[in-house]
Amino acid sequence: MSLKKIHDNQPKEFIFSSENLKIAEDILKKYPVKNKKSAVMPLLYLVQKQNDNWIPLAAMKFIAKYLSISYISVYEVATFYTMYNLAPVGKYFIQVCTTSPCQLRGSDKLIQACKEHISPKQGEVSKENNCSWTEVECLGACVSAPMIQINSDYYEDLDEKKTIEILKSLINDEPLKPGSFRGRKNTAPEKKQSSNGEKYA
Amino acid sequence: MLKKEDKIFKNLYNEFGWEIENSLEREDWKDTKEIISKGREWIIDEVKTSELRGRGGAGFSTGLKWSFAPKEVGSRPHYLVINADESEPGTCKDREILRYEPQKLIEGCLIAGYAVNAHTCYIYIRGEYFNEGMRLQEAINQAYKKNFLGKNACGAGWDFDIHIHFGAGAYICGEETALLESIEGNKGQPRLKPPFPALVGLYGCPTIVNNVETIAVVPTILRRGGKWFSSIGKPKNTGTKIFCISGNVNSPCNVEEEMGIPLKDLIEKYAGGVIGGWENLQAVIPGGSSMPLLPKNICDTITMDFDSLIANKSGLGTAGIVVINKDHDIIKCMARIARFYKHESCGQCTPCREGSGWMWRILDRTAKGKATHSDINLLSDVTKQIEGHTICAFGEGSAWPVQGLLRHFRKEIDKRCSGDPLVKKKRKVPYLVNQHLLESDNA
Repeated sequence: MSLKKIHDNQPKEFIFSSENLKIAEDILKKYPVKNKKSAVMPLLYLVQKQNDNWIPLAAMKFIAKYLSISYISVYEVATFYTMYNLAPVGKYFIQVCTTSPCQLRGSDKLIQACKEHISPKQGEVSKENNCSWTEVECLGACVSAPMIQINSDYYEDLDEKKTIEILKSLINDEPLKPGSFRGRKNTAPEKKQSSNGEKYA
Repeated sequence: MLKKEDKIFKNLYNEFGWEIENSLEREDWKDTKEIISKGREWIIDEVKTSELRGRGGAGFSTGLKWSFAPKEVGSRPHYLVINADESEPGTCKDREILRYEPQKLIEGCLIAGYAVNAHTCYIYIRGEYFNEGMRLQEAINQAYKKNFLGKNACGAGWDFDIHIHFGAGAYICGEETALLESIEGNKGQPRLKPPFPALVGLYGCPTIVNNVETIAVVPTILRRGGKWFSSIGKPKNTGTKIFCISGNVNSPCNVEEEMGIPLKDLIEKYAGGVIGGWENLQAVIPGGSSMPLLPKNICDTITMDFDSLIANKSGLGTAGIVVINKDHDIIKCMARIARFYKHESCGQCTPCREGSGWMWRILDRTAKGKATHSDINLLSDVTKQIEGHTICAFGEGSAWPVQGLLRHFRKEIDKRCSGDPLVKKKRKVPYLVNQHLLESDNA
């Protein structure tokens, strides 16, 4: 279980924008009427989208009221799942996968690059460049290891040099395009290898 | 070697486009109406004939699972839930299906939904796959436009709706009951079984939970016949499977092959061989991180199917093959896997919550060379105390890799465990209990 800390400076109030209220209504339609509670996870995402990628306590209270469930049942969901940020993160939120398949292909160097170029400690927003980074568990792109996720995009097939290039592009607020950084097509075997009689790459 | 025409996922690498027009050319949605008009019994029988086993890890017969759903819909509606919470380290097959073969999955959902009497289907996608989820939503919208979904789906007289529900970064939600809890808006903590989800599942209603790959192969099986599928691979381990080969290989890749292909073939022919040559191979994790690793001498001859891997005290799991060569420290690698399990334990059962931390700390000590002689036995003891003492299979999943390490690399660990034991005198009662409480005077 991961330890999650609530941010010190909490805004007093939170309400959905009128646009997001409409989206929230659409979300509710997906679930049976008497099981409104199911919408708590998508609504927390919606809060995160509206509120610069993090969830204040006021928003949890708002959702609890909106779904007529108790505050604690929203709170326990928000603290259980790792993807709900309970403290501000950078405009570019960098998640570095460090689980075994990535570790075997050198994710330690990626961590080192983040420490040098973003901030020495994970979870810290660096003031000048508006980025923050964190170590995460398997992101499910193991054949493209090592990889990082920036906001919702996957940057795959990296090495130290390319990671630094990506990080610099974030600092300059001109992010590079996501995808493979070794020029390969998706997860196909690379050219040299036998291809089972088919075209690829 | 799988023939080209027998491949099910022809667009695994997105050479032909993922959109519905492209997939129609690949014969998705062909004769779906006729298949459904043959009736539930026929569909389930045909899936049983194909001997399709679930691709999510446990390898349970899919046809049998579907037949557990009540035959008649009672007062409670039935649900179909698709497990796309792919989080097992070493596995990334479902992502490719979601991105490039979404229509296969959607068509499979309709057929499976009809077979188990469900009008509603939830696809649970892990939160990190946000772009993949958006892609799937687009594919679903395209299918709605063509009237393949919705009221009277595909003209077959069955109303069917698909909704996507995003997870939020919890490995445990890949466990089917935890997944249902998560859809219900709770913490993803597994439920006690029985009752099984087939009878009491989502919102207390009969629910069938299947993996993405399982459902995506169903339409092709029904079109080409269960006999065709069962003719590929080995008896009881039939059909094709997407293997993900990662780690220390020259070109990591996903590849669809027949079940029972030799592991060495997969690594040499598709992944470009082990870095430093086959002789440099140290160990292979054959089925995602939960499965015990195999040392080189077993890897030389092993075939990749459920039963032969079980015979070697491992398992096919999700077929995520992680190759570890001799340039890496195997203990450090396993310590990282133990850390993964410590991080992902849901915290419900004490043996798993505490034990996963114990395993990580001991392995971490060992990797750093700070462990003592007694640590190795302690580690073995801890794994035994987790295994079989938890609500869900996460306990086994976290204990088995460590047991595999102890089974095959005991000498390596022994070499590292050089320090003197903390308690030199061997006591009968293990570590968790404060010793003085056990003496009769204090009892």
